[in-house]
Amino acid sequence: MGKTIVEKILSSHCNEDIRAGDYVVARVDLAMSHDSTGPIAIEAFKKYEEGHVWDSSKVCFVLDHATPSPNERVSNLHTMIKDFATSQGIKVYDVGEGVCHQVVVEKGLVCPGDFVVGTDSHTCTYGALNALSFGVGSTDMSGVLLTGKLWLKVPEVLKIIYKGTLPRGVFSKDLMLYTIGRIGAAGADYLAIEFAGDGIKAMNMSERLVMCNMSIECGAKAGYMEADEVTLSWLEGRVNRAFEPVFDDLDAKFADVYEWDISDLTPQVACPHTVDNVFSVEEVQGEEIQQIFIGTCTNGRLEDLRIAAQILRGRRIKEGLRLLVCPASRDVMLASMKEGVLLSLVESGATIIPPGCGPCPGTHLGVPADGERVLSTANRNFKGRMGNNKAEIFLASPATCAASAIEGRVVDPRKYLN
Amino acid sequence: MKREEGDVVKPILKGRAHVFGDDINTDYIIAGKYTKTLDYKSLASHLFEDLDPEFTKKLLPGDFIVAGRNFGCGSSREQAPIAIKYAGIGAVLARSFSRIFFRNAINLGLPVFVCDTSNIRAEDPLEIDLKEQVVRNCRTKKTCVVEPLAPVMMDIINEGGLVPYLKKHKDFNLKK
Repeated sequence: MGKTIVEKILSSHCNEDIRAGDYVVARVDLAMSHDSTGPIAIEAFKKYEEGHVWDSSKVCFVLDHATPSPNERVSNLHTMIKDFATSQGIKVYDVGEGVCHQVVVEKGLVCPGDFVVGTDSHTCTYGALNALSFGVGSTDMSGVLLTGKLWLKVPEVLKIIYKGTLPRGVFSKDLMLYTIGRIGAAGADYLAIEFAGDGIKAMNMSERLVMCNMSIECGAKAGYMEADEVTLSWLEGRVNRAFEPVFDDLDAKFADVYEWDISDLTPQVACPHTVDNVFSVEEVQGEEIQQIFIGTCTNGRLEDLRIAAQILRGRRIKEGLRLLVCPASRDVMLASMKEGVLLSLVESGATIIPPGCGPCPGTHLGVPADGERVLSTANRNFKGRMGNNKAEIFLASPATCAASAIEGRVVDPRKYLN
Repeated sequence: MKREEGDVVKPILKGRAHVFGDDINTDYIIAGKYTKTLDYKSLASHLFEDLDPEFTKKLLPGDFIVAGRNFGCGSSREQAPIAIKYAGIGAVLARSFSRIFFRNAINLGLPVFVCDTSNIRAEDPLEIDLKEQVVRNCRTKKTCVVEPLAPVMMDIINEGGLVPYLKKHKDFNLKK
């Protein structure tokens, strides 16, 4: 019987011939943590009284969740992380470098075939690079810091094959919202999802990262893809170690295989207060919006800002509306400055937020007022997510967000993309 | 009543039920704006605040959280089970759990059990018998069986959490 990509990656990381359902202890290639969950992991690690982490070159911290610091409490947590990292020889990506998941892939820290864990549920993003990666809690991270290993149950795999390609004005964000809406918030609990088919092959890396990033929103342990020319050319110049792409065996066994034709898909919107509460944009259009946020580890990349600028160029955002734009990283910010993308967005009325998580986790930089509606490119719209439980959050693609900024209400972006 | 790290779970847990529905995410358990702290008592004072601002005032030590499917979905924030534990909750029962939350709870030594919660109502007095692996509802006099934990999870919870487990064993051992 053949193996899935998950079974192959985990077999090579525990030196055993393992299968879905087995309990294994696997070696970790990279352990990532950040300023929200990192301090608890450090506190737990110190309780072992063992001195050094297993391999400081395989650990990194990214300060992104509350950056620049909004108050002295957070500032002191940032200092605590930096002090620990310095004493251990661990790399820190400091305030302003960007959202951890963008920084990790951009800096070439992940290769095909890797097994990666991070103390953030969206660590599943790196599956777009043909790696197995997922989020863990802080105490699990303390165990990884000590041993370099994690115990886990090998997940079965749900394979989703997207046939056809996305129509104009419809993006991977729309496809992933549609997928989550169709299978539900717990639709892939305890499973990994393999995204496959022509619909995926036609996507650039930026779009692929969106798919894997949001796989946790339907409960998946991980989301991933096979490596192809797009993967290899994206990795070129970023990664300087040898790697071996991993493929499914032809007779690999899956928990289920779905085949969906996506050639007629429309722009999608997730309505308050769950990510699986998804509708086609025609059913939501007209909803008035007071704040629009374009950014995050889901949709804050250069391609996302580009499409927003393309739609907004030569136009102004609706009077009274706030448009917040947060490049996912310093590199994204630099590239979008050089291209004139940020210039154009600011001319249209956007406020630029320093690279990081921005207002997504509800700490600062754009907390909505009572009764306000936010349209966002983020991955979560739970009540209170952006810091106010009396606000409502809608999720959509950067194109839908940019078009809606012009009219101050949810609109179909296709009319602005001729 | 609050259980400290390394405490071994008592054989019979008693408490009242606080009932929640499906897909209770970790943002609802503890809002992101409160998570940037190592003061776990202050964290616990905001437990479930976005769903019920008065929630912590209704708690008695050892009470249980009872939920439907996919409890703890969303963010990996360990502040969620930490807030539950430091609020004095004795255990969480749910029809199913999100994977990361379930691991985090076990790692903290917070008892979490998968069982059929559909007949449990708010305020029901419950007894969780760890030896018999059943939940007794003292109102309905009915019992339901809890799903057994994986052996490695039993080992971790028997040591009082992952930190005491690794302090003792120095490594993971799945061989029985």
